[in-house]
Amino acid sequence: MQTKRTVFPNRILPYLLIAPQLLITVVFFLWPAATAFWQSFLRQDAFGFKTNFVWFQNYRRLFADPLYMDAFGHTMVFAVSVTILSTTIALTLAAAAMRVLRTSRIYSTLLIWPYAVAPAIAGILWWFMFNPSIGIVAYMLRSMGISWNHLINPDNAMVLIVIAATWKQISYNFLFFLAALQSVPRSLQEAGAIDGAGPVKRFWTIVFPLISPTTFYLVVINIVYAMFDTFGIVHATTQGGPARATEILVYKVYFDGFIGLNLGSSAAQSVILMIIVVALTAIQFRFIERRVQY
Amino acid sequence: MNKIAFFLSAGLTSLSLSVPAIAATKIQWWHAMGGENGAKLEQIAKGFNASQSDYEIVPVYKGTYDETLTGAIAAFRANQQPAIVQVYEVGTGTMMAAQGAVYPVYQLMKDQGEPWDQNKFIAPVVGYYSDTSGNVLSLPFNSSTPIMYYNKDVFKKAGLDPETPPKTWADVEAFSRTIIKSGAAKCGFTSAWISWIQTENLNALHDKPYSTKANGFGGLDAEFTFNNDLTIRHWGNLKKWQDEGLFKFGGPVGGDNAPPMFYSQECAMYMNSSAGRAGVINNAKAFKVGFAPLPYYDDVIKQPLNSIIGGATLWTLKGRPEEEYKGVAKFYTYLQKPEVQADWHQFSGYLPITEAAYKLSQEQGYYEKNPGADVGIKQLTRVTPTENSKGIRFGNYVQVRGIIDDEFAALLGGKKTAKEAVDSVVARGNEQLRDFESAN
Repeated sequence: MQTKRTVFPNRILPYLLIAPQLLITVVFFLWPAATAFWQSFLRQDAFGFKTNFVWFQNYRRLFADPLYMDAFGHTMVFAVSVTILSTTIALTLAAAAMRVLRTSRIYSTLLIWPYAVAPAIAGILWWFMFNPSIGIVAYMLRSMGISWNHLINPDNAMVLIVIAATWKQISYNFLFFLAALQSVPRSLQEAGAIDGAGPVKRFWTIVFPLISPTTFYLVVINIVYAMFDTFGIVHATTQGGPARATEILVYKVYFDGFIGLNLGSSAAQSVILMIIVVALTAIQFRFIERRVQY
Repeated sequence: MNKIAFFLSAGLTSLSLSVPAIAATKIQWWHAMGGENGAKLEQIAKGFNASQSDYEIVPVYKGTYDETLTGAIAAFRANQQPAIVQVYEVGTGTMMAAQGAVYPVYQLMKDQGEPWDQNKFIAPVVGYYSDTSGNVLSLPFNSSTPIMYYNKDVFKKAGLDPETPPKTWADVEAFSRTIIKSGAAKCGFTSAWISWIQTENLNALHDKPYSTKANGFGGLDAEFTFNNDLTIRHWGNLKKWQDEGLFKFGGPVGGDNAPPMFYSQECAMYMNSSAGRAGVINNAKAFKVGFAPLPYYDDVIKQPLNSIIGGATLWTLKGRPEEEYKGVAKFYTYLQKPEVQADWHQFSGYLPITEAAYKLSQEQGYYEKNPGADVGIKQLTRVTPTENSKGIRFGNYVQVRGIIDDEFAALLGGKKTAKEAVDSVVARGNEQLRDFESAN
């Protein structure tokens, strides 16, 4: 087996070359992560005059707090819904785009646009459209006999943030799926067609297995996105309400730390989130990268 | 000398030439006033800077009240704090507990030899920000109080007298029914700030204690007691009125959806801060607006007490160079001038915080030209505040307000009865108070 190992004659040069990257990692990740870890064992007043070392009290309180367990549940529901919806819709759109790609590039460009929108702006857009008083979608729903009020109905609120988060992520997934579909050799599909397989059969038996690495990659990325990158959407649309029904874990970190000024609890929550990210990354590398055939 | 060094030194010389011979001491003022009020605030700073040459107030917009407070605390921890920071009323408990960080305004004025007479201020405003011995800790700047706005055109269409706003909650209910039945509007009333208006002010108006220990003024060991008959009855009514379509919920915290419901004439009445006046007038171009005090239950109290305030004050933070505090004290003296206060009050809709500014506005004929602009101040000063209407002071109160919103939403969503919801607010709120007590 051939290795890709490069041997540097100079002993210091390789360290110098990775020094900038290491520096960035230390300053923007290791240092803050270590601070958060340390703070998660402390109890402090907001200004930091009184600091007590409380061992695992912040963690114990979190896991005894039914609201934190609820936030876990919301995050699961949210992340799973967003991941399933955004990947299936993106795959459908990408498959459809393959058919028209040679004639129209406008179609794919339009589909990519939402990705360029900042999460907060996406949130506000949906907030407007679904606003129970002035929103056009809420108005249309009402005329169809469906009463919409995400201010007091927890399910409505969850649907709203799922739609907003999904809409923003479809573009990203679409790009990856489109690229993956384009790399599937046409000869294989033609061979399948000659053998008498219809388009649906060809898709599931030939195309889909070939794009499975992309699909698995996107599933992990989408879970990470839904769990950690949707703060702006939640903040702009529901602010975790009504009655904390759309409070996902990242939002709770912000709310307890920045609004509530309970830094110890907020730090403990971010440590837990950090562990989840590490776990997800490990899953991606250990299992998915190995077991999926390329 | 090579070329680069030459250009550098030439640049430095021209820079140093542009700086005046004696530089004024710069004083940072972090604030949370965006939009038109922010522009007005900058004018006030400019006015002070032009009035003397030793100090320069530099206003810095830091976002919302939350963001300003969190930013100032983070800056303090990093030793980069501004000399002055604007903090909203629910942050008062947090600031008061931070004794090592705060330079109390009465102390500052005494140390710097500036005139200071806290009796000049309107009692309910200054009472909110005093310690247990009655010393004012932060300088009142922008205080407001909730009032009721109503749509005179809708009242007329519904056959009601547009000059007679509802006085009691029974009126609000009856008027709302008439309005909806006549088709003049789709909803009777909405409200911003369920926590501030329909919970805290509700109890103050009806002389009910909000907690033990004089509404929290008496110490950090206070416990909430507002799960009384009044709050439970009122929340129950709001739920009932919502189900009937008389009341529409405007959303949690400040209630972002409440203003558009009033502006679009969907709801005929609307309760919000007196400081929303400019916004209401700007947005209500299509109809005439009336202003009225908050309604009350006349079987609970014959004459309602004063409402309580909201808004923000200016806190001085410790740890800046001594000469800055001299300037801060001078600036505070400037801010208290009747002309400055009256101008700010008339522009923004915030209350005139000194008696002199109120009088000056009266003399200038402001209230005759703008009927209704004094509803807030009249409501606030109609009686001498009791222990129950003086205001509230709690640590972690931002979270408690969040809990009020949570439980109110649970009530409206039909998950809890009024009693369950209010009891739960009190129980969860008390946990927050105990947390704060143990951390401070």
